[in-house]
Amino acid sequence: MRVRWVAERIRYGLSVVASTKSGLASLAIIVAYALMAIIGPLMIPFDVTRTNLSESLLPPSLEHPLGTDYFGRDILAMLVHGSRDVLLTATLAAIITVSVGTVIGLVAGYVGGFVDLALMSIADVMLTIPSVPLMVVLACTVFRGIPVNPFTMALILSVNSWAGLSRAIRAQVLSLKEEEFVEVARCLGLSGRHILLNELLPNLLPYIAISTVLSVGSAIYAQVGLYMLGIVPYSAVNWGVMLNMAMAQLGMIFTATYAGLLAPAFAIVLLQVSLAIFASSLDKLLNPRLREQ
Amino acid sequence: MRKILRAILLIYAVSTITFFLVRLMPGNIVDRLVLQYMTQGIPEYEARQMVASLLGIDFSKPLHEQYIEYLFNLLRGDLGTSYEYMGVPVASIIMYGLPWTVFLLSLALTTSFIFGILIGGFIGYREGSKLDRTLTILSMGLQATPNYIVGILLLYYLAFVYRMFPRKGAYDIGLTPSFTWEFISNVLWHSTLPFLAYFITSFGIWALNMRASTIRVLGEDYVMAAEARGLRDKRIAITYVARNALLAPLSLFIISVGYIFGGSVFIESIFTYPGIGWYITHALGTADYPVLQGCFLLITISVIVANSAGDIIYSLLDPRVRVR
Repeated sequence: MRVRWVAERIRYGLSVVASTKSGLASLAIIVAYALMAIIGPLMIPFDVTRTNLSESLLPPSLEHPLGTDYFGRDILAMLVHGSRDVLLTATLAAIITVSVGTVIGLVAGYVGGFVDLALMSIADVMLTIPSVPLMVVLACTVFRGIPVNPFTMALILSVNSWAGLSRAIRAQVLSLKEEEFVEVARCLGLSGRHILLNELLPNLLPYIAISTVLSVGSAIYAQVGLYMLGIVPYSAVNWGVMLNMAMAQLGMIFTATYAGLLAPAFAIVLLQVSLAIFASSLDKLLNPRLREQ
Repeated sequence: MRKILRAILLIYAVSTITFFLVRLMPGNIVDRLVLQYMTQGIPEYEARQMVASLLGIDFSKPLHEQYIEYLFNLLRGDLGTSYEYMGVPVASIIMYGLPWTVFLLSLALTTSFIFGILIGGFIGYREGSKLDRTLTILSMGLQATPNYIVGILLLYYLAFVYRMFPRKGAYDIGLTPSFTWEFISNVLWHSTLPFLAYFITSFGIWALNMRASTIRVLGEDYVMAAEARGLRDKRIAITYVARNALLAPLSLFIISVGYIFGGSVFIESIFTYPGIGWYITHALGTADYPVLQGCFLLITISVIVANSAGDIIYSLLDPRVRVR
């Protein structure tokens, strides 16, 4: 029953997004990226460690549609394999951010009092620390002891991103709490757990959906940026690593880095723009006035 | 009063976090320096003492003693000395990097704000038109584009392929900072690309914000009343719509001012621009804890101060909000 209701909401959300041309296009692009990340690596075999300097920096050809990098590796294959790491990490980070932010916001707003004060003080401290420098420092610190994988990376990416979301959720809970349907539920003697999960949470779903999409976007931004700076020890193929290598070659043999630089850059920009447009199409769920247009 | 107390508590919390975060960092500089002395034939015990007196910090002390010492030094405004640049106070390193960061980012932030506001107000008035749709999608796309990607592309095309702009630094080596035209033009020339990277990717957010705000204000009753009173369109647009619509993006702008001091880690690293953001990444590479600690404190404290100042400024601008 619950599952069917959620599926119905998702179907409805997607139908609203798909009702405009730009929304539909962004949805299609995001689905294409997801497919690339899931089945792409199975279709194109690739081994990062296999280098062949005799094929270094080849121009695009039938065998290598986007050419090769300095180590003679196929750029298209790296791009496809990199998408898995980028998307998996960003999705995990968004899930962590949104679930932590929602739970803390719900509890702080609903329980109130000392719990509210304590949780929001922590959130305020987190909001004060600018996220990029914090993540740069954490990435440098944590990864000396712990191996880099999508999950540990996602933890670092979501270390303070939950704070803003929890504040927003709390504000919405505070205003929803005053609504009649919550009052009725309370008068009926329904438990706090019931009110939180069955009365408040469903009303927050559109907002949570938009936040998830936006979190995926900012996680990609931060993650690729950290790899690009070259401060995260890298084991996997990642677009940020590709950018980092292309940047390193910029000083020496820059004319040849054309595809190595442009391919990951283009992949990131297209995905980020699609995510932003997708999120703004979802806005119509929150704002019925926009839906009529 | 409560606001000030809150700000002080926040600063305390953040400096504590900074302290422990930095202690967590691996790559102990003391051991590295001790090893360096030992290879010169100095016995380990003496080498350790030399390093300790050189750095002014004793890592062998228990953590809580270090912590208390750190807090007292902070109160005196002493941020310690750098490890990498032996004996140079952290404060003077920050004072070297800060002007570049503030120069670059304040210029970029204000121009993108003004440009975004103008575009946003303009298209907000023409909601639904073809121009509105094009510019909205454009703004949305550009603000979603990572600034470092634009930075890398600018660097690649304009500095490497076409050699129109310098590749790194804030001014040519060999020039001495002075108020001559030669130096100032050189600085502007060097900061063009980092400026553009920031500007291109950030005006969109202001445009979208101003657009939404304008549309909201246009729906208000007082605008309709002004129209009914037969006021000139231009007067309505400026004194009724623009002034009220500006409030929402302006409050965001004031908050953003606090983040200027942190610089832009990504952009400054790409262009090797010697601001705070660059010093942070550089200090990480060389395990220069005191510099890192100092930069972090500077960033967070300026955010806290700007937020508190923002509340006050906003309440002056908008009489409906009063600071309690």
